[in-house]
Amino acid sequence: MEEKLSFEYAPAPESRAIVSIKPKYGHFIGGKFVSGNKHFPTINPATEEVLSQIALAGKADVDAAVKAARKAYTTTWSKMSGKERGKYLFRIARIMQERSREFAVLETLDNGKPIRESRDVDVPLAAAHFFYHAGWADKLEYAGLGTVPKAHGVAGQIIPWNFPLLMLAWKIAPALAAGNTVVLKPAETTSLTALLFAEVCQQAELPAGVVNIVTGDGSTGALIVNHPGIDKIAFTGSTDVGKLIARAVAPTKKSVTLELGGKAANIVFEDAAIDEAVEGIVNGIFFNQGHVCCAGSRLILQESVADEVLDKLKNRMAKIRVGDPMDKNTDLGAINSKEQLLKIRELTAAGDSEGAERWSAPCDLPGKGFWFAPTIFTGVTQAHRIAREEIFGPVLSVLTFRTPQEAIDKANNTPFGLSAGIWSEKGSKVLWATQQLRAGVIWANTFNKFDPTSPFGGYKESGWGREGGRHGLTAYLKGVSHE
Amino acid sequence: MSNRIDVKKTYKLFINGAFPRTESGRTYEVKNAKGTFIANPCLASRKDLKDAVVAARAAQSGWNKASAYNKGQILYRIAEMLEGRRPQFVDEIITVTGVTKAKAEKEVTDAVDRLVWYAGWTDKISSLSGALNPVAGPYYNFTIPESMGVIAAIAPESPSLLGLIDAVTPIIVGGNTVIVLASTKAPLSAMSFAEVVATSDVPAGVINILTGKKDEIAPWMASHMDIDGLDISGLSSKAHGEIRIAGAENLKRIYTFKSADPGRILAFLEHKTVWHPIGN
Repeated sequence: MEEKLSFEYAPAPESRAIVSIKPKYGHFIGGKFVSGNKHFPTINPATEEVLSQIALAGKADVDAAVKAARKAYTTTWSKMSGKERGKYLFRIARIMQERSREFAVLETLDNGKPIRESRDVDVPLAAAHFFYHAGWADKLEYAGLGTVPKAHGVAGQIIPWNFPLLMLAWKIAPALAAGNTVVLKPAETTSLTALLFAEVCQQAELPAGVVNIVTGDGSTGALIVNHPGIDKIAFTGSTDVGKLIARAVAPTKKSVTLELGGKAANIVFEDAAIDEAVEGIVNGIFFNQGHVCCAGSRLILQESVADEVLDKLKNRMAKIRVGDPMDKNTDLGAINSKEQLLKIRELTAAGDSEGAERWSAPCDLPGKGFWFAPTIFTGVTQAHRIAREEIFGPVLSVLTFRTPQEAIDKANNTPFGLSAGIWSEKGSKVLWATQQLRAGVIWANTFNKFDPTSPFGGYKESGWGREGGRHGLTAYLKGVSHE
Repeated sequence: MSNRIDVKKTYKLFINGAFPRTESGRTYEVKNAKGTFIANPCLASRKDLKDAVVAARAAQSGWNKASAYNKGQILYRIAEMLEGRRPQFVDEIITVTGVTKAKAEKEVTDAVDRLVWYAGWTDKISSLSGALNPVAGPYYNFTIPESMGVIAAIAPESPSLLGLIDAVTPIIVGGNTVIVLASTKAPLSAMSFAEVVATSDVPAGVINILTGKKDEIAPWMASHMDIDGLDISGLSSKAHGEIRIAGAENLKRIYTFKSADPGRILAFLEHKTVWHPIGN
């Protein structure tokens, strides 16, 4: 009998002493923290501990924020040279780097993602976004293609809960570099790092009103979208809400960018480096608990290697460490909210009832908090809900193919078009598949890589516009993109 | 005056490289500025639009696959064909709109020159908006413009020829296929332009031309789930809101344009970013 090899890790918890969370927060408007009227709790999804009370912005709060942003735009920000604007962004980038540990701990407490990811991905990338865009501020005349670009004015920005600080950076950095002022609303369940960012703006002595942060739920978001004092809307979230926003702004002159859902295909060809592909599959779907719009949630395997890949994948999944997000060894943290957990359960139940076969990694889930074991479904057909709808959790749907063209056809058979993965050691096949896939980001022999210099965004119903690079910057400039 | 009776042209639609009448059997009267009857062009139906979309979708991957050099030569060929039929276009513009000969000639000249200008963009647009992104890691990372798919356009009422060229050409430069609704009041240039297209080596289905009513066809275009983008420059701004609302169902890219510039080409291209590790 084979001896069972036990590989226990000693707990390596990150200290939370570096953050001080106030019992109650207000909004950040006109450079000052102002108190809110109504509040709602924000919790640590790993423990269900109430971390703080977050203000719910109503009409008066949003009005005040838009007014402050307009005033800052008219009196200060639009008059300042790009060179000086850029210096503020450089300052913000530096302060975020200085306070990176604090941001990482706070993000993990509020979001549930592993500290390893908030520390190594979210926070450094957020700072990098400010650093990158800072350098654009005095080069805008080179950003357009023969046009003279101008700022829109006041940008209203609504961001999701999966990468709270990073999505804030993706929104605020280009908006400010292009000369806009902003009113930003973080997601209902993850406001704390945005409020900490407000402190960074104060430390950077950013002129009052250039950045305004109002917290709240979808009702606050609707107030921003419909506010007549806002010139530009930027939203990251679900395709359903994206369509609502597109309809709401249709009769107005507002410019819109949308980063929406996805159902990315991750295609493994028989000539792939299988071990690397397995790592890529794991990274593609289990990074950030699968709460990633560009997650590789549909694994499309060539039949000749399907059994080998699935055996290795299950073996690898069994070694994923699920649990305390504050533990530095943790790979998979908590599901962000009860609501999201219920949605994942509903869709996986549909996977069972529609005839796919479920396999979950054996792991002990904590008693408190919101958890879902890493799971794959095999025998999935293109008609199954789990092959069509975004699950936004650690759940992978596996389909197979025989010919490369079949792989492409299956990959493209979705209204989404955000991202896709290709695994093959054959260069010409990689480039062919890259051309055929209808998606805005293609990861070939890698997955889930991001960089401020690299445009990110979707085809089809995955959204409008790009974020990152020169292309992303132009979304915040009038007279460059046609909107 | 000679006693010869003219042979008049029947103005039909242009779908999938052929000239069908509308399946609906409907027509409408086109009159000149003085109210004299000129022609009975087709009043295109929803089914005609559907047929045009099917043709445009079927043609898209082939057109997209054609090399930029090849696309440029085909666009230049359209200019050659138009140049060779200048008198016909000048006459038709004068007949319908009543403008002076000089004005009509200028419009045709501008239309030919505009086609030549667009022809030169096919193999340059990606060097303008493509990028090699200097990411912080061992990855080769580039962004390239790519065709969006099937795009519909509402051409402006006037200028009926130049406006049509500006609606159609930037869309196909980057590999999209197009369904365009011609000027309602002055559709003659558009239907004669279809004859130019038909003799210019443009593959069937790449350019499809309908005549009819904007307020009928624009909402059908906006709600069609297999149209990826829509140019509504030729539509009254009062109608834009409703069209954008209908287009949100598949998040259609809907734009208006004021001029011919590279942005007009890029508006209907998607940008694709590709990552690959570097190693040995």
